[in-house]
Amino acid sequence: MSAGTPWRIASVRAALQAKQISARELAAEFYGRIYKRNAELNAYLTLSPERAYAQADRIDAAVARGETLPPLAGVPMAIKDVISTRGVRTTCASKMLEDYIPPYDATAVERLERAGAVLLGKTNCDEFAMGGSNENSAYGPVRNPVALDRVPGGSSGGSAAAVAAGLAVAALGTDTGGSIRQPGSFCGIPGLMPTYGRVSRYGLVAFASSLDKIGPFATNVADAAAVLSVIAGHDENDSTSAAVPVPDYIGETEKSVKGLRIGVPEDYFGAGLDPEVKEKVQSGIALLEKLGCRRVPLQMPHTDYAIAAYYIIATAEASSNLARYDGVRYGLRVPGGTLTEMYRQTRERGFGPEVKRRIMLGTYALSAGYYDAYYLRAQSVRALIARDFADAFQKVDAIVTPTSPIPPFRLGEKALDPLQMYLADIYTVTGSLAGVPGISVPCGKTKAGLPVGLQVFVPHFKEGCVLQIAHAFEQAGGSTI
Amino acid sequence: MKISREDVVRVAELAHLGLTPDEIDSYRAQLDGILTYIDKLNELDLANVEPMAQVLYTSATPSATESHPELRDDTLRPCDVADSVLTRAPDAVKPFFRVPRVIDR
Repeated sequence: MSAGTPWRIASVRAALQAKQISARELAAEFYGRIYKRNAELNAYLTLSPERAYAQADRIDAAVARGETLPPLAGVPMAIKDVISTRGVRTTCASKMLEDYIPPYDATAVERLERAGAVLLGKTNCDEFAMGGSNENSAYGPVRNPVALDRVPGGSSGGSAAAVAAGLAVAALGTDTGGSIRQPGSFCGIPGLMPTYGRVSRYGLVAFASSLDKIGPFATNVADAAAVLSVIAGHDENDSTSAAVPVPDYIGETEKSVKGLRIGVPEDYFGAGLDPEVKEKVQSGIALLEKLGCRRVPLQMPHTDYAIAAYYIIATAEASSNLARYDGVRYGLRVPGGTLTEMYRQTRERGFGPEVKRRIMLGTYALSAGYYDAYYLRAQSVRALIARDFADAFQKVDAIVTPTSPIPPFRLGEKALDPLQMYLADIYTVTGSLAGVPGISVPCGKTKAGLPVGLQVFVPHFKEGCVLQIAHAFEQAGGSTI
Repeated sequence: MKISREDVVRVAELAHLGLTPDEIDSYRAQLDGILTYIDKLNELDLANVEPMAQVLYTSATPSATESHPELRDDTLRPCDVADSVLTRAPDAVKPFFRVPRVIDR
């Protein structure tokens, strides 16, 4: 296969089986690309060639023995650096964990490797997955491979950029309030957030435990389905992973979308939506209608309250989860005369500005006298938003919206105003709060050539349906609409 | 003004976060803006809404085991990780993590 031709899971498999390339050669080809492009993109923070080549050799031995290859055999993949990898540095893009080497693998990582995937390395992200531009990394921002002066989105910006630039065939990201879907949209590739509980989080470094999810990026929807098939399912090491059977997601993508009812909530097309993004998403909806979907207008009246509820709940949970970084057991320690001094200095030095801001907001919201006014109130609003989704799914099979109200912005353009940055999460946080699965699929480009994403939400555990719609949209030319 | 300089100092203390005087001022202004925006939540009448505590289960589900098939049997399993955990600690003397004086006075 010539340089520049995008590899996909099926073509990797075909090439290995036909002995056109070995898994080792393929891994070497991807490392070659990474050495060439990563200085500019900053998508990878750590490479793991020893582990990758050992796995590639196992696959090549299986090919030589004529064995049936596992589903992701030889597929070069990247892992967001908030997901634990045994023996491979896992920094969470923070100075706090600069030298941290986990003693175990996350379940998702273990399952990928068991399925034959070759893990190339760990990708850059916003520190502890907090941000929407990848500018909050302690190791520098990632550049968007589609437009180098622009952000790749966040927080899983490195994973999205790596896949979009051909530096991995697929990648794992995490999504708490939009951190897979929005960078997928910004980099022009599909990004899937599964249902809360669909994928085990054992080994995922926690940010907001009632919202965090692991999910795939790929260059096409069928590959995202293939990765989900491998990582989904119950795990006895994560009691929040659901004991719901895993269907054949690849088979589901092939189903016709004819007759599906797609809800279009008016509340997602109001003030603040960039006119070019609006036009593209409306053309995308028209394309789905042409494919036989029935458009149903919807009201989701609590959409406007989602950002306020999300930023209380997510920061409250973060302030609690990040209390563990105190310099005692692992990670950075800045010595102090007393235990309290050590805690304070370690956390002052180890955390970046956005992480500190969120710890402050979350601690305030949970502190005596404010708990009812903020945290409890936000949880009630969360219930109303979940009810908006449940009511909508009485009438429709899926909800279709823009992923982000704006196309990718310039590096530094929004970095000075945290509230403006938070407000850009408006269309993604709703589904996060409701715990439903959602995908962002490429939906054309603006006149300046910047990618636009179409977001599709479906009911809990209906990932098959979201993949089916996204696949039909992609096959009908949605990415060049 | 939603939040004062003193509030910021108090919250930083609760969170064990060291902040410089400049950070205290800039966080005060930023948190003030964010909390003012969050006041939006007060527009809604929430008197009859139960706060959401679980994403996939409701408090109405009948029995713990029925609604949570994820729960496994409570049996002892070996967990032999002490050594690999202690080698990652900034300061450990097996089998302990070593820290500065705990009692300040």
